[in-house]
Amino acid sequence: MNEPICLLEAVNLALARALDDDPEVILFGEDIGHNGGVFRATDGLAKRFGAHRVVDTPLAENMIAGTAVGMASQGIRAVVEIQFMGFIFPALEQLIAHAARLRHRTRGRLSCPMVLRAPYGGGIHAPEHHSESTEALLAHIPGLRVVIPSSPARAYGLLLGAIRCDDPVIFLEPKRIYRASRTLVEDSGAALPIDRCFTLREGADLSLISYGAMIPECLAAADNLAERGIDSEVIDVASLNPIDYDTLLASVSKTGRAVIVHEAPGKGGVGADISAVLNEQLWGQMRAPVMRVTGLDTVMPYYRNEQHYLPGVSDILDAVDKSLEAGRNEILQATGSG
Amino acid sequence: MREAVFKTEISLTRYLRADGKPLDELPGWSHEPEPLTSYYRWMVLARQFDQKAVALQRTGQLGTYPSSLGAEAIDVVTGHLMSHEDILVPYYRDHVLQMIRGTPMRDVLLYWGGDERGNAGVGMARDLPNAVPIATQTLHAAGVAASLKYRHQPHAVVCLCGDGATSKGDFAEALNLAGVWHLPLVMIVNNNQWAISVPRHMQCAAPTLAQKALAAGIPAEQVDGNDPIALHEVIGHALQRARAGKGPCLIEALSYRLSDHTTADDASRYRAPDQLKEAWQNDPLRRLRQYLVDLGYWDESRERQCLDEAQQQIQQAVEDYLATPPEPVESMFEYLYAELPEQLRTQIEMARVRGGGDL
Repeated sequence: MNEPICLLEAVNLALARALDDDPEVILFGEDIGHNGGVFRATDGLAKRFGAHRVVDTPLAENMIAGTAVGMASQGIRAVVEIQFMGFIFPALEQLIAHAARLRHRTRGRLSCPMVLRAPYGGGIHAPEHHSESTEALLAHIPGLRVVIPSSPARAYGLLLGAIRCDDPVIFLEPKRIYRASRTLVEDSGAALPIDRCFTLREGADLSLISYGAMIPECLAAADNLAERGIDSEVIDVASLNPIDYDTLLASVSKTGRAVIVHEAPGKGGVGADISAVLNEQLWGQMRAPVMRVTGLDTVMPYYRNEQHYLPGVSDILDAVDKSLEAGRNEILQATGSG
Repeated sequence: MREAVFKTEISLTRYLRADGKPLDELPGWSHEPEPLTSYYRWMVLARQFDQKAVALQRTGQLGTYPSSLGAEAIDVVTGHLMSHEDILVPYYRDHVLQMIRGTPMRDVLLYWGGDERGNAGVGMARDLPNAVPIATQTLHAAGVAASLKYRHQPHAVVCLCGDGATSKGDFAEALNLAGVWHLPLVMIVNNNQWAISVPRHMQCAAPTLAQKALAAGIPAEQVDGNDPIALHEVIGHALQRARAGKGPCLIEALSYRLSDHTTADDASRYRAPDQLKEAWQNDPLRRLRQYLVDLGYWDESRERQCLDEAQQQIQQAVEDYLATPPEPVESMFEYLYAELPEQLRTQIEMARVRGGGDL
């Protein structure tokens, strides 16, 4: 393909490539066949690969996950869609009690090479239950992998990596940026590693750590900071379980400052986990406390108020200022001036 | 105008009375010594194993164990009728069924003795291990059946669950999918009348559990779960249908849980002794033994020899189980992912220290 494509089209391109490469890849979910999915992520795939490989299911999320576990136990690469993350909860028992444990509890006799895709996050003025970011629930579970892309190229490469992985992977698609930008993505069939951070911008003064739809916000904040002469590093965590702490620790030990950004509530969130590890590992090297910019610890509001819930560039800049301020006070105290 | 648009009935198949006497004309094969004497031998083994497992638990040598007392006929007949290529999705009471499928008795003990390796070597490589969360395995079975269908493999999936499981959404969802995708799935409900302390009549107002499949467009029937001849006929037919691409079915096997729910349960708290006494009159072993004795295929000396052989086999398995040392600590991480994430390696050492030092 030589047209620039958006993240959503990159998902479609990766699914098509996986179906083409491996006859044991099957897609199923609600409305994904003839209709091509409510966001059109599977548009045209049923027609191209057949209704036996891109399959509409009855309406039952628990069933979709449990059936995927059964298929995957036999070596079929089941790639299933839950229409919105707000509807993933019936599937949690299957993901947590079975998908995550099948290899472990059979001592490797069986495995669970399934991918469960779900659009997630707010910012598109969707109805109630259509804007949640509950990725921390899944990232908490040993045995599950949780992967989130933040650009068309990473959506393509990470999804291929997820489908080829022999572990169960939850692939969460930030729907707010499904169509936000277009870039050229070569349909090379090359997967990206699904257990690595991506350093999107290198910098010496500060590490901005984020994922999903908050990545464009962080990049915009970094541009703004650059105008003020502040050189920020922007890291896309991409894999929430396991987390590539090597990259994060190397960055923060270099910059001494970290601001973690996600739209999910802060309490018990992935940012809290990253913050704890940075503190455990880098205490003494930090120039300021780790800051978090997150969604609020309340129910995701209906869309008329969602902009008051979701973090934006100015919230990130405020947190950066606090981080810079904290370091400055320390220096002032150390030199006895001020 | 008003007319009936859906009519059906649920049949119950039974050939032998509780005292082993035929109710009706029997199928030709049941006049032969095989497979019924083999069934009986396995049922004896199952019962002896069960007794031993409970004794091991009572003496602190096994964890909590769910007895299979009263389920012997269902498991033994199912196990014998399944082919090597059929796939089993069991529930947690199917000990002897897994053994017939090739799981060493020692592994069954290992599983209930708190060792994951009990699931590692299940006889048939594609069989699923025990599912403890109720009814969740019914969906796996649908998925396994979908994989057979997708690969055009003419085999059947057999899934078992209890009567309590039929109240769960998973069960309804699995049947629904099996119907609409026309999957090669044989769903067997071991209706042993009790879900821990909740009796059958408090589980569902429907007169049969079998009829739940009708709502999914799946044929369903009841069978006397203490009658090996009836089980053989009904399950054998269901397996042939499934293998021939004729779709799923549901079999409600009527049995009785002659034990507590598990060794952690005390059924005397909620079950009248008279009811249990009455249920023993339907004991599947007694029924088949009497039938075989009447035909001249079984007698006291065969019984004694059969018990002796079972005891020897069980004793050996128990010795093997008790002599198996715990797995090395790193096994806690070894199978978590296809490849262990680097950052988890330090936790292997933590686990070693936490356990009071290396094993």
